[in-house]
This record gives sequence, C-alpha cells and structure tokens, in this order.
Amino acid sequence: MILYDYVLSPDCYKIRLLAALTGAKLTLRAVDFHPGGEHRSPAFLAINPAGTIPVMQDASLTLTDSAAILTYVAARSGPAWLGDDTPEMRARVALWLAFAQRLSASIGKARTHDMLQKPADIVACRKAGVQCLREIEAALVERHLMGDAFLAGNRPTLADIACFPHSMLAPDGGISVDAYPAIRLWTRAIRALPGFVEMPGIHRLHDLKPEPAGVQA
Amino acid sequence: MTDPIRDEWYPVALVSQLGPEGRDTRLLGEPVRVAWHGGAITVTSGGRSLPSQQRYGHVWACPGTPQRPLFDIPEADQPGRRLVDVGLVRVKCSPLRAVENFLDIAHFPFVHTDILGAEPHTEVGRYDVAIREEVDEVWATKVHFYQPQAAKSAAGGITTEYMYRVPAPTVSILYKTCPPRPGEWDVITLFVQPLDEELCEVWPWMALFDDDTPMTDLIHFQQTIFLQDRSILENQLPHRLPLDPGLEIPTRADLTSVAYRRWLKRRGYTYGAQLVAA
Ligand SMILES: N[C@@H](CCC(=O)N[C@@H](CS)C(=O)NCC(=O)O)C(=O)O
Ligand SMILES: [Fe+2]
Repeated sequence: MILYDYVLSPDCYKIRLLAALTGAKLTLRAVDFHPGGEHRSPAFLAINPAGTIPVMQDASLTLTDSAAILTYVAARSGPAWLGDDTPEMRARVALWLAFAQRLSASIGKARTHDMLQKPADIVACRKAGVQCLREIEAALVERHLMGDAFLAGNRPTLADIACFPHSMLAPDGGISVDAYPAIRLWTRAIRALPGFVEMPGIHRLHDLKPEPAGVQA
Repeated sequence: MTDPIRDEWYPVALVSQLGPEGRDTRLLGEPVRVAWHGGAITVTSGGRSLPSQQRYGHVWACPGTPQRPLFDIPEADQPGRRLVDVGLVRVKCSPLRAVENFLDIAHFPFVHTDILGAEPHTEVGRYDVAIREEVDEVWATKVHFYQPQAAKSAAGGITTEYMYRVPAPTVSILYKTCPPRPGEWDVITLFVQPLDEELCEVWPWMALFDDDTPMTDLIHFQQTIFLQDRSILENQLPHRLPLDPGLEIPTRADLTSVAYRRWLKRRGYTYGAQLVAA
C-alpha cells in the first residue's frame, strides 16, 4: 500500500495512525505540499485530479479520499475498526467519516492558513470549526450517557480515527479547544491506544509522568 | 542616523517560491511587497524601494540603511552540500522567542521525543558560550547531546555535537555532527521575519551533506521538528522576550539564551522584547 503523504497533514496522519494501530504496512511517498505545491503539479493531478492528499495506491486501486483509504486499510488489516457490531454502529461510522470532511474544510483550512499562509476565509473557517467541535462535544456527551466512550459506540472505530486529528489540532488554526471536556477525555483515550503514533501538534501521552527535574513549563 | 532595528537584514521571501504574482507581506509592522521586475526581484514598502539581495535561497531586505553586509555562511558555497528550502511557517510569537527556542537544547527530549532527544538522556553537559567581539556574534560550542535520530540520514542513536551561532538578532544557525560525513558540520538555520512584535514568519533553511535522502523527505523532516516547536512557542509567557536579568531563572542549559539576551540589549535590539521587569 503506497500512501502519498505529507507529514503535517491531519488527513494523511489519520491513515498513518490507523496503519500503526492495525499493523498495516505502508510505503510512504512524501509529497512536497509545502513549500513546493507538488499536489498541484501535472504529475500529481494525473493521479488525483482533485489535487488533494492523501492518496493511496494498491495494485490496481487508486483511492483519493481519506474516508475510502481508512475503510480499505481497516478492511485489509483490522476489520474490527469498521465498526460492524450493529447496524447502528456501522451507520454512525459512516456518518462520522462524512463529518470529517467538514473538519478538513473548516479547521483544516484555518490551520493551513495560520501556519503556512494558504488562502482561506479565516473567519468563516474558524466559525465552522467551532460549530464542528460543538457537535462532536455534544455527541460524545450523549454517548457517555449511554455508557460509551467513543463516537460510534463502546470501542474505538474509524469514526474516532477520522475525527481525532483535526479536533486536536484546532489550536493551530486559532480555534480554542478549552471549552470541550468530553473531547479532551476522548482524545486522551485515543492517545492511550496501544500502537498510537504522533504527529507535530499531537503529542503522545506523557503528562501523567512526573515533571522532569529542571524543566520549566 | 543609525537604527539598530531597521538597519538589519530580514528574510522576506523564498526565491524558488516567488511566483509572478509576487508576495505581499509585512516587516516590522509595515506592509512590504516583493515582486519580480524583469529578471530581478524588488522589495518595496510604502512606495519606497528597500535595499535587497538574494542569498541562502531567500530574498533579504533592509527597511533602514544597512550598516553591515549580510552575515556570511561559508558552507553555503561548499560543493556537495544539498541546500534545502524548508518554506515559511507563521508563528504567533515574538521573533526573539523563535530564535531563543532554537538555541535551547534542553527541550529536545520533551518536544522532539525519539527524534532529537529521548528520556532518560535529558542531561545537557558543560559547554562554552561567548560573545565573539571581533564579529559581534553569539556562539555556543562543544554542546554534546544524545540523539535517537539526529538527522534523516542517521541510522540509530548517536551523540551529536552542536555549535550555535547568532549572527544577527533574528537569525540563528546551528552546526551539528554530520552522520555521513565525519569532520564536516551540517548547517541548519532559522531565518526569522518579524511581522510584528508578537508575530513572525520563520524560514528554516539547511545546507546538508546527504546524497541519499530525497529532497522532499529532508523538507518534511525539518518541518516535523519545527512544527513541534510551534505549539510550544505560541504558548510561551511572557510573550515578549525579557531582556532584563532576573525575570526567568537560568539553568546551565540556558547559558546561550542569557548571552543572547545580553547581546540584544547591548545592541539596543528591542523589537519583540520586554524591558521593564514584571
Ligand atoms: N477529501 C480529502 C480532503 C483532504 C484535504 O483537504 N487535504 C488537504 C491537505 S491536509 C489538501 O490536500 N488540500 C489541498 C489544497 O490545499 O490545495 C480527504 O479527506 O481525503
Ligand atoms: Fe525545538
């Protein structure tokens, strides 16, 4: 499985994360998204006319959307992540995979604007991003009342992998996450999963260890 | 009349990424335009043309009257080095904070975990710091640190030796052991463009010996490192760098930072600094 990848992209990271959690082997092809803009080059557009990353190629398959890639990697290497326990769970996974597109279009755009100076209507992106976070917070609270800790049910699924990265990286785009205690709990639970890997801005859990001597906050 | 802030050279664009549309940006709070004119690049601000030059992959401009030439990095012209344009990263922090963080090695195990540092190897040993009067630069030498993956080209953990150099108030250069070429130093720089006192664009740039790693992987390696710093930098308090002693208690690891602040104060470089004790 070849993944056209950019280290700072939350949508690429979610594929790397799922691969790490399921033991899937990826061959990474680094795309010079910034500063080179390689995703807009003719060679890349021939692979994905939409000019977005991630893209996966495996044998005859070319997948140009992170939801499809997550589904494929899970089906191959970790079918439990598809969330097929019940029809409801399966549907909720599909719902959150679709919802994640709204996160890319809001928080994702605010973030590349603030960090890399990519063009965006920053006020509108932040406003839509806050709305997304409020919806995730509300859904998580509702699930907690049913005794579930994750977006689609009582165990982690693709729903969580799809929505986790942008939820954590919102501050990069000037969107505060302070107001969402359920999101904080949920992101901690994901970071505690065996095999978890990090990306810049999403650190592994080590806040529980004692503060190392001589280090200032 | 000289001005210690306006008379410095600042990076304002990456030559390789400056398209026909040019670039509208800011420098020291003022709007600046970088544009192509025929085959040449010009930098203007408020209808005035600024002294400018192209060096180390970037366009440099001086809003005042340059008092000295742009600092020299002789390694930039050494044959066999790969020159890496890492690209801008905007950071909501004082330009001086960005430089200072780059000089600090103690954060490696906690911020760049398993790449530039790892617990329990958190000890920063003795090293030398000096303000080299003859060149008016800050230098830290003989800095040794254990690193799990010192460079993209490093196969495993090694003890790396560093030298740090501040040749201009918003520029920091580090020299580190070069895994494939013992005896040479890899050069990694941070060129900081101050937009405002608490907002900057940072242009990392590198001159490396590494014939194997694809260019994009070199860029991504450095972007990974710098983006790990970005979240720390945006949360540092106080936002402006205190130049008066006593505000933050230094440890041995901070000796370079102490020298840097003293040097800034001596030069009267106060843009992004805090002078009155809190
Ligand atoms: N539909 C895509 C959206 C991913 C997306 O927006 N990726 C960003 C990078 S993180 C991108 O490729 N943007 C293209 C651009 O900014 O031109 C997916 O989820 O796979
Ligand atoms: Fe750092």
